[in-house]
Amino acid sequence: MTTVEKRQPVATGRSSGAGLSRPLGLLLALGVLLLVCVLSIMVGTTDLGFGEVFTAVFRPESPEAEAIVRGLRMPRTGFGLAVGAALGLAGALMQGVTRNPLADPGILGVTSGAAFGVTLSALFGGIASFYGYVWFAFAGALVATVVVFGLGSLGRDGARPAKLALAGAAVSAMLNSMVSAVLLLDAATLDRYRFWAVGAINGQDPRVLYQLLPFLLVGAVLALAVSPALNSLALGEDVARALGRNVGRIRLVSVLAITLLAGSAAAACGPMVFIGLVVPHMARIITGPDHRWVLVYSAVIAPILLLGADILGRVLARPEELQVGIIVAFLGAPFFIALVRRQRLPEL
Amino acid sequence: MTTTPVKLGNRARVSAVSVLLAALTLLMFCVSLATGEFQLGLDEVVAALGGIGDYSTLLVVRELRLPRALVGLLVGLAFGVAGALFQSLTRNPLASPDLIGITGGANVVVVAGTALGVGGGLGVPLLALLGSLASAFAVYTLAWKQGSTGYRIVLVGIGVQALCTGATSYLLLRLGVYDAQGAMVWLTGTLNARNFGHVTWIAVAVVLLLPLTLLLRGWLDALQFNDDTATGLGIPVQRARLSLGLVAVGLAAVATAAAGPIVFVALVSPQLALRLCRSATPPVLASGLAGSLLLLVSDLIARTLLPAELPVGVVTGVIGAPFLLWLLARANRANAG
Repeated sequence: MTTVEKRQPVATGRSSGAGLSRPLGLLLALGVLLLVCVLSIMVGTTDLGFGEVFTAVFRPESPEAEAIVRGLRMPRTGFGLAVGAALGLAGALMQGVTRNPLADPGILGVTSGAAFGVTLSALFGGIASFYGYVWFAFAGALVATVVVFGLGSLGRDGARPAKLALAGAAVSAMLNSMVSAVLLLDAATLDRYRFWAVGAINGQDPRVLYQLLPFLLVGAVLALAVSPALNSLALGEDVARALGRNVGRIRLVSVLAITLLAGSAAAACGPMVFIGLVVPHMARIITGPDHRWVLVYSAVIAPILLLGADILGRVLARPEELQVGIIVAFLGAPFFIALVRRQRLPEL
Repeated sequence: MTTTPVKLGNRARVSAVSVLLAALTLLMFCVSLATGEFQLGLDEVVAALGGIGDYSTLLVVRELRLPRALVGLLVGLAFGVAGALFQSLTRNPLASPDLIGITGGANVVVVAGTALGVGGGLGVPLLALLGSLASAFAVYTLAWKQGSTGYRIVLVGIGVQALCTGATSYLLLRLGVYDAQGAMVWLTGTLNARNFGHVTWIAVAVVLLLPLTLLLRGWLDALQFNDDTATGLGIPVQRARLSLGLVAVGLAAVATAAAGPIVFVALVSPQLALRLCRSATPPVLASGLAGSLLLLVSDLIARTLLPAELPVGVVTGVIGAPFLLWLLARANRANAG
């Protein structure tokens, strides 16, 4: 992907972002995110008014509303925020570092590693609660990424983007094959696994969020710290080196950040492939190719999409629910396709 | 991620690699016919193919094992060539039919068919074929806007594939666990219980589309340059991209119909061929042969070493991945891009 379109300072005749400066657009997006969070606490099997939510959050009085809000919906919203932002950042970083529009965090082996961990724990541990899955998944994601990066760095020229992507695809394929084998041989594991594999942010123990938060925060800080360097990398490796960048270190830090972010996300909520893949493209269409903006926007757009889809899932299938992973695909894909059709594409 | 063809491969090397792959494929094909509960020698197999041998040998080789081996050979070939075309057209080594929305439609339709209890026998291939063609058509139409670009097709493909994956997951949750496992076997890709009906489909597609691919190779090489350069060379860019895309979709769709969406074959075969040939872009024929070889070896392992319920798609990743990783580790600058 060679051509990088120059973004006009104020694009004319463009529907999104026409005349909007990027900081202002970001404020707007943050406003939408806040709105979605409030809605996420209000809407569900029992709808609550804004007043009730406010009371339950800040002045706990009505026990019933409080149980719903504090016990169920706040954790759920928290998961949506954290996991969404993590996936958005990880995806933007992955595409930036491999310079491949088809790269999602899963390409590094994170998702298949997590899936492999979950499968093993379901097979041998028979752990019924989701709580037990988390650390198996996280460990699986970590190990898989280390293997991919290690193998992708072998050879004379180190971890070139294409090599990293292919090494990741190969390791992922291998792990997925093994997961499929286990699922096909053991119906009980398949039965448990398929509900994890869809991706959901509800029904997860809030303690998991607190325990994963440090990993997520470190990942986010690393991601934002490395983002200016990705702009140099986009000009080509030789140019980046001439600008005094240490290309190897940029890749290492990026991979570390992606693993922490996407590994935690997959461990907590299952593999949600679509968000990490598509949100960076949405962000890029709004902001142009500057990675600093793409990353920040991705971190805001992704939780909007995730929580929005989750709310819809509660409304559409009342009194039951639809898993958020499914809605995200149904809702996000048409939107994404429309976006791709409308705009001149800033290529990676 | 661009590979600019500095030189169009070393022809002699490409030919040598292709001949070697063809020989290995032929050998594995015969070994595949010889191996099983009823173990035969390679000489008996060759004789049986010529119609010489006792009744039981002829039955085992020509009626039971031949269709399966032929489907494996041709499906591998089709996936390999389709993968090479997709990777060349999009200039992206990750552009496989499973990533850009070609097999997604087949998955949805077949799993929906399982949920509704339709599609026994050859119903499933038909459903899969219709599904693939529908999703491929959707990708191309949605990506069209005063022409198409490889980049936009890839992005729209991601979107369509995501829709299909969501729908497939949803349907899988609605199925009982027994049906879900049956659907999983198809989704993994299998060569179990193939008959001459399956062979006919895929054979017709390969016989029609493979020569066409080789005829259009000049266009494919020209499309490696950017569109303006290709136009300057007198190439009808849009028509060339559409024709080659159609050939690739046709091959991938029929292969999926015959054996299910066997993951990774279309991604790995062109990459293996490219690295063995040290060429700038995946060589079409060598990619196809690499696909055949991978699938035949994988199926042999699935049939002989693994429990009976495991389909071939479980093996392709485990066999193909280490080989690709080894080639990646040996890569030099000339062909690492």
